[in-house]
Amino acid sequence: MTAASTEPIRPARRFPFWASALLPLLALFAMLSVFAFGDPLALFKANLPPVESLTFERTRVVPDGFEVTLTNSGPDPVTVAQVLVDDAYWQFTIEPSATLPRLGRAHIKIQYPWVAAEPHAIRVITNTGVTFDGEVELAVVTPVAGTEQFLAYGLLGLYVGIVPVGLGMLWFPAMRRLGEHWLQTILALTLGLLVFLLIDTLLEAFEVAGTLPDVFQGISLVLFAAVLTWFALLAVRSKGGGAPKLNGAHPGMPLAILLAIGIGLHNLGEGLAIGAAFSLGEAALGSFLVIGFTLHNVTEGVAIAAPLLPQARPTEPAFRAPRLANFLGLMLVAGAPAILGAWIGGFAFSPILTAVFLGVGVGAIWQVIVEVGAFLRRHAVREGEALVSWSNVGGFLVGLLIMYLTAFLVSF
Amino acid sequence: MASKPERAGAVDRRGFIKAGILAGGLTAVAAGAAGRKGPAEASSLFDHGLGSPAHSDHGPAGTVGTVDNAANGFDPHALLHDWDFGRVSTLPSGQTLREYEITASDKEIEVAPGVFFPAWVYNGRVPGPSLRAVEGDRIRIEFINAGSHPHTMHFHGIHSAAMDGVPGVGAGMIEPGDRTVYEFDARPMGCHLYHCHSVPLKRHIHKGLYGAFIIDPDPNRYAGEEVAIARSRNHQFAENREVNEMVMVMNAFDTNFDGDNEIYAVNTVAFAYANPPIQIRRDQRQRLYLINIIEFDPINSFHLHANFFDYYDHGTTLKPTLKTVDTIMQAQAQRGILEFSFAGFEPGLYMFHAHVAEFAELGWMGFFDVVE
Repeated sequence: MTAASTEPIRPARRFPFWASALLPLLALFAMLSVFAFGDPLALFKANLPPVESLTFERTRVVPDGFEVTLTNSGPDPVTVAQVLVDDAYWQFTIEPSATLPRLGRAHIKIQYPWVAAEPHAIRVITNTGVTFDGEVELAVVTPVAGTEQFLAYGLLGLYVGIVPVGLGMLWFPAMRRLGEHWLQTILALTLGLLVFLLIDTLLEAFEVAGTLPDVFQGISLVLFAAVLTWFALLAVRSKGGGAPKLNGAHPGMPLAILLAIGIGLHNLGEGLAIGAAFSLGEAALGSFLVIGFTLHNVTEGVAIAAPLLPQARPTEPAFRAPRLANFLGLMLVAGAPAILGAWIGGFAFSPILTAVFLGVGVGAIWQVIVEVGAFLRRHAVREGEALVSWSNVGGFLVGLLIMYLTAFLVSF
Repeated sequence: MASKPERAGAVDRRGFIKAGILAGGLTAVAAGAAGRKGPAEASSLFDHGLGSPAHSDHGPAGTVGTVDNAANGFDPHALLHDWDFGRVSTLPSGQTLREYEITASDKEIEVAPGVFFPAWVYNGRVPGPSLRAVEGDRIRIEFINAGSHPHTMHFHGIHSAAMDGVPGVGAGMIEPGDRTVYEFDARPMGCHLYHCHSVPLKRHIHKGLYGAFIIDPDPNRYAGEEVAIARSRNHQFAENREVNEMVMVMNAFDTNFDGDNEIYAVNTVAFAYANPPIQIRRDQRQRLYLINIIEFDPINSFHLHANFFDYYDHGTTLKPTLKTVDTIMQAQAQRGILEFSFAGFEPGLYMFHAHVAEFAELGWMGFFDVVE
């Protein structure tokens, strides 16, 4: 201490850099050795049976039975001994091995005369007699990726993504005629819709996260994805120096693009959910569900078009009126991800990826809410009106209400 | 609870870390868990090489693999005919004395291919030894508890209160390491059972502590046409050897301890008599001592295909209590004797199972392979 106060601080020379970097590793190695060769925790695990945990990752229905993918999500290896279908022992084959190491996977094939559109229960019993249950909620053949199925799932995405967004945008001329006075109300309505989407996406993300084996820490994964997305969007925005200016474009365009991206990410999640539901046979409602989603998503088109409405005192005097191509582009950005989602959900459903995608959607929608809120505030200030006016609150509520009520059509 | 011994080949967590260190420390290590030999190739229930129906006829129902009878220490097919007559001597009074030594212990047994159950057993097997005596014999059982919990032996039969093998009466529950002697006269004649009556009762029963207790009729006590029947039922007479006698204890196992059985069977191993089936001669009379000891389910049943049988409820009569039936049901601890014959039948596989279809598909199903 005293030396330090009188002499200039010098780096310690006793250990070279590599040694000091290696020291903690060596210590860690030593500790692991203690655990491996000694048994410091012997007191805790005296004669405890192994902890077993298996997760049904994916159950596919094939014409002559079922194909199940299992994940060992517990700390110990697990050996599958027998398989039961609907409370009956059934022949099966298991690849690559009946013993799953920690985080290992196995694929089970079961020949079973399943009954169309009826539920079936699949149970796995391990060599210690512990059982794990999976289910087929409604037995229909899981689609395999063929041209026809590919097109069908693409169309599904088109119906729930691109079509409703495009339809919503058709209101643009009418909205323009409503006049300046209504702009804030429409933006408020957009906010209501976005808040609904935020909550909806978050809840869906948590639901998917809940189906993941504990080791993957699903909820953290969702939140990290959301926060990262938000920061990424903030970084993009600050690099562009505030509202990025598109040459000659409408000043509302950057916000419209951001809205389209946020809503697009939400629609990706929605496409995933719908694709997975159709492939797992849960979506027995079929066309009803698709129509429901179309209605549900029409408001998204209105929201994206809202920032493009004419403003009384434009920041740039000579902006171009939005052209058809602008709308088509926005429609694709917001709607096309639903097609991608339907494909992934239908043919390669992965709960982990879905949780991450939904988390990304949460982050994006959050940033869109911030932006639309700021836009609304700027407009209100410029017009000398209150941000939280009766008409804005009314618009917000109507936005929430439309989403809430149309969601009745798509709850499955 | 019984401890589960570490299984050969299974890689536990410590082993995993150790392997990692030996492999050079902090490099990624693939857990090459070879593990216990899993179900190898599918061996269908009907795949017993007897010109049996092809897979496609019956579908691929049943378990995969085979049970290691040697490791279990008992073979369900051998259990069918494995009677324990005890050490026989004559008391000064002239009464026959039968002495048995029965030890309760903890043992892990394989109840279906690859499925292990931490059982409690009498003399190393489930069901316990099939004790057989003649009515009026003196029974003396030296019971040793080498298990980890207090156990008893409670006999279904006529005896004094002190010999009832229930908690708080007579010797009560026998603590681990202790022993006791149960002594009584064998009566009434019939098909009976014994089981542990320690508390908690459900667990002590379904863990495997039960067995058959058969008391043969003494022909000297009967008259008229009943004498011949009694001689046929009594193992000491040549007439008895003309009949193929089998004992089946209908049991079940709750392997995950959720109060619901995962495995149903006769004589412990799921589908044991489906693959391979029980071979019987079609010209021989069959006598089946059937006992139900399943826990958690109110009833069990027995159904014989393509044939009918006479049934003696509890075996306490020499005339059938039910004539010409093909299905009977038994509550827990109910039992009886079935008599039937395949004389004149086409040789082949004749199925028998619980006509509670759920039990049948969970393991309680078998075949008689009727041969010339």
